[in-house]
Amino acid sequence: MQLTNRSRVVSNKKQSFAEKAYFPAIIKGMMITMSHLLKKPATIQYPEQVRPMAPVYRGQHILKRDENGAERCTACGLCAVACPAEAITMESAERKKGEENLYREEKYATIYEINMLRCIFCGLCEEACPKEAIFLTDKTVPSEFERGDFVYGKDKLTETLDNTRKVDVSKRQTEEVKEFKKIPGPKHNTLFDKKSLDHKH
Amino acid sequence: MDWGFVIYKAIICVGVFGIALVVAMYSTWWERKFAAYLQDRLGPNRAGPMGLLQPLADGIKMFMKEEIIPNVSNKFLFILGPCLCMLTACMTGVVIPWAKDVMVDGKMYPIQITDINIGILYLLGVVSIGVYGIMIGGWASNNKYSLIGAIRASSQMISYEIAMGLSIISLVILTGTLSFREILEQQDAGLCYAAINPLGFIIFFICALAETNRAPFDLPECETELVGGYHTEYSSMKLGFFLFAEYINMFISSAVMAGLFFGGYNFPWAKELYESMGLNEGDTWITVIGFGVYFVKILLFISLFMWIRWTLPRFRYDQLMNLGWKKLIPLSILNIVLVSVGRYVYTHYFQ
Repeated sequence: MQLTNRSRVVSNKKQSFAEKAYFPAIIKGMMITMSHLLKKPATIQYPEQVRPMAPVYRGQHILKRDENGAERCTACGLCAVACPAEAITMESAERKKGEENLYREEKYATIYEINMLRCIFCGLCEEACPKEAIFLTDKTVPSEFERGDFVYGKDKLTETLDNTRKVDVSKRQTEEVKEFKKIPGPKHNTLFDKKSLDHKH
Repeated sequence: MDWGFVIYKAIICVGVFGIALVVAMYSTWWERKFAAYLQDRLGPNRAGPMGLLQPLADGIKMFMKEEIIPNVSNKFLFILGPCLCMLTACMTGVVIPWAKDVMVDGKMYPIQITDINIGILYLLGVVSIGVYGIMIGGWASNNKYSLIGAIRASSQMISYEIAMGLSIISLVILTGTLSFREILEQQDAGLCYAAINPLGFIIFFICALAETNRAPFDLPECETELVGGYHTEYSSMKLGFFLFAEYINMFISSAVMAGLFFGGYNFPWAKELYESMGLNEGDTWITVIGFGVYFVKILLFISLFMWIRWTLPRFRYDQLMNLGWKKLIPLSILNIVLVSVGRYVYTHYFQ
């Protein structure tokens, strides 16, 4: 099938004098490079200029707080189980009296770490989370000098208490997503037609 | 002892070397910038405005790098190689007259380090020594790739020097002199030898590309085949010297071409311009304008070198040898015949 008219049939015919002399071809080639001199460069000055990103871009994670500023995460470990890269580790503790304003549920994560070198930014942790606690944001993970610095703890992941600097995740938390999360049991299986799966096995 | 003469020579020497080094430095910047523009990129633009401090940053980097001399190398020759390369590169600029003579205290001073009456021969001689630096450096590294690079450099130099010499012979027949200065003086009044002897110029230009090891003739440092070619084992400023020598060579060969074939500091209607400005011979402004014109020509040639480098792919080795021996040498001999006949006819029937 011919898609363009640019293909040429290769032949072993003898070169004409003009072809042998190279010069016409060389000048033609040099004109091509020169024509690029006036074209607009494709470069973007990265740290100053940023390319527009999709609203649901999956970048650095955030541990959300609820409307009272308490951490939503209960350290259930579903995100760690869902993580295909095994990038998430956590340790839990029981909430004590007087910490109700800090932690939403009776159990919370004392340590919550994501290794950004292991993370593949697939968003399965977000999908697994029953408490709407972890989300991926459009912020990219910056480079570091040490490997250890890529293990992000709660200090880097938890959302700020400052109400003016809250991260908006409404685009990632649409009604469809909420409906999807209500389906009980292993979620992915329900997406497929059960019969066709049975038929295959 | 004439101290005025010594000071004048010192100023000229330091000036020429300084300009050669600065131009070589900023050639590296322009090379990267020009390449970037040809490839729809921006090039270095972080170090200073327009990336103008990039050569300085590169220089600092080169000096800061660890200096490695291989254990199995011949240490004396290993160090001698880049030094020789740099030395010969700096020596070539000696015979080039950079501008018209300048009058100081009623005495005419030529803007030229020395006016040898066999300037062109001197130039050819020094340029051919230049390959010894590459040869010695490549051999002393005791590395197969370096050795192959060095051998390629020397065989390339030998092949293309013949064609270069022959094309210069045609020019010498045309001008009747071997002095650089006189050839430039003859191109007064807008006449340039590239128009009279175009074939000679083209051959000389191709050979100059090959002699300076520039693309498409950069086989001695062909990365795809030879790692780094003759400077594979070099690091730090010794590598810098090799690279720097290439850029100085490029500057000097541009100066030679702009001088021999394009009139150097002469330009069309120069006399009329100077008269309309009310300048007499020996005025500083004539020197300055002439130098500026020469400099612009040189920069255009350097840009042409770069333009070619970022357009044409590297030759294969047998293609290189075919071009040198089977095409350029017969062509340059034909050119000599043509120029000789032309010269004979001109002197005997038109004068």
